[in-house]
Amino acid sequence: MDQLYGYSLYGLSLLTFGGIYAMLALGLNIQLGFTGLFNAGIAGFFVVGAYVSAILSTAPSERHIGGFDWPIPFSLVAAMVVSALIGWAVARICMRLRADYLAIATLGIAEILRLIFKNETDLTNGARGVSYIPKPYESLAQPWNHVMMTVVVLAIVAVLYFMLERARKSPWGRVMAAIRENEDSARAAGKNVDRLRVQAFVVGSAMMGLGGGMMAHHLKFIDPNAADPTTATFLVFVMLIVGGSGNNKGAIVGALLMWTIWSATEIFTSMLPGDLAIRSAYIRVFLIGLMLQIMLQKFPQGLFPEKRLETGSSG
Amino acid sequence: MIDFINFHLIPGLVLGSIYALGAIGVTLTFGILRFANFAHGEIMTLGAYLTLTMMWLTGWHPLILLPVTMVILSLIVIGMDQAFFKPFRNSPAVTVVIASFGLMLMIRSVTQFSWGAQLQAFVPGIQRPNVFFDALRISPKHILIVISAMVLMLVVHWVLAHTRIGKAMRAMSDSPELARLTGINTELVIKATWILGACMAAAAGVFLAYDSHVSTMMGFQILLPTFAAAIVGGIGRPYGAMAGGLLIGVTEELSSYAWLGDGPLLEPGYKAGVSFAIMIGVLIWRPSGLFRGRVF
Repeated sequence: MDQLYGYSLYGLSLLTFGGIYAMLALGLNIQLGFTGLFNAGIAGFFVVGAYVSAILSTAPSERHIGGFDWPIPFSLVAAMVVSALIGWAVARICMRLRADYLAIATLGIAEILRLIFKNETDLTNGARGVSYIPKPYESLAQPWNHVMMTVVVLAIVAVLYFMLERARKSPWGRVMAAIRENEDSARAAGKNVDRLRVQAFVVGSAMMGLGGGMMAHHLKFIDPNAADPTTATFLVFVMLIVGGSGNNKGAIVGALLMWTIWSATEIFTSMLPGDLAIRSAYIRVFLIGLMLQIMLQKFPQGLFPEKRLETGSSG
Repeated sequence: MIDFINFHLIPGLVLGSIYALGAIGVTLTFGILRFANFAHGEIMTLGAYLTLTMMWLTGWHPLILLPVTMVILSLIVIGMDQAFFKPFRNSPAVTVVIASFGLMLMIRSVTQFSWGAQLQAFVPGIQRPNVFFDALRISPKHILIVISAMVLMLVVHWVLAHTRIGKAMRAMSDSPELARLTGINTELVIKATWILGACMAAAAGVFLAYDSHVSTMMGFQILLPTFAAAIVGGIGRPYGAMAGGLLIGVTEELSSYAWLGDGPLLEPGYKAGVSFAIMIGVLIWRPSGLFRGRVF
């Protein structure tokens, strides 16, 4: 019975982390899947969201600026707004150039943000991070606090999913697909391509900020290395590509599936003795990378291929 | 004043030469294969570790082993191109960039697995700098790095300006369709591009390791300044990459000089931000870069 209880808690934890990653994957799906924009700095937007929500919602502390004791929903909204603003600034500069420039610039933004959170010790407590971050429903009794956290995360994912599905089928979503498929013809049809792209990038960035905020509240702690700049970004990419770029359901399933694989293999490798455990962690990254390459080359559509919208009578 | 030269200008030139060599490969792949290769940093790292391993085996100086490293690294990089980039020759750029991002982490995990994540050094201990005119302190390794980098840049210039394959590379960078129409063997040019880029990456990795240390993150740490150097110089412009590299390396080091008052102008912790700021400035005001490169 105890064992079953343990497994259930582990399952809840998988769903919670997987759900938070699903927010990131859905955000990337708007950028990459819908619009064809490459964001190599997912970790940066994630960390900004985490810090903003953490600092606004914690009780006042000597170690960092604030805390401001905000209710969590408000701090999460603030996290989304700040991430969106940074996304807007990057997108404005790079949008008239090709995807590669945006990739380089977003990689740079993630790095600069990490430097700021690390060096500005008065604001962020530097490398020691922000702790005692409140968690939703943490005062409930033992299993129910975990259950409620999972419910909150999955509810947010569900809301995002329905909003994104509506957006995808709306005229706005159709124009996005048109831009990705043939930019020139979308432009010729009188669409303001650059502005629409900036919009998609900003919405995606906001969702990554939300994911970061939720992660901060779930872990109750955040430091500048919370999201290892490449592995975190990379994992979200793999999730979306495996699930199916351009498909919201694919993004969610990909996130839950890849998180389960990532987490379960960690349990396995950590059981290996000493040095071997450290080394096999590298093999894990290698295999995930290889999996991405195979998916890209052989199954570029992923598990859930993008559903094409009926174009209607285009005569 | 002499502190300025000893501790800022000379290290800046050394760092700049390293960025310049790295950026040559980035700008050529960007110009000819049309994608930003995120794996380029890890290729430099791999070059440093290959040299380190051969030093363990032979005990020779890293600069003597550099040509061997270049050959091995070129073969490895051509293999990578065949396995991971060739299938995407006609795909949208985003797909290739994702593939290169994945390859970056695959190479890094291989280096971490093979050589461990801890720092290593080519030459243990601290080298005493030579002192000229009682005040000018230049370490011998810095002289070696800057001179070797200059020689390599001249070689790149000679290849691009005077050899058949070099001219074909420049033609393809200017217009791939036109190059194909005139009968240039594009796959051969692509191979040559990877070889030239890999040789310069090997040199950049070895010089960087010789200047400081060998670590599995060293290539990634200079990836952003390397990209910045290629963009500042103009995509597809190797001479631009050299100028951009030197400009960024020197600016990074000069940014922490006490220009105003006693403290450094910019905290050294933010040095990495300098290249980014220069790159953003160029993207806003002159996206084609200093040498009027391509804008995609």
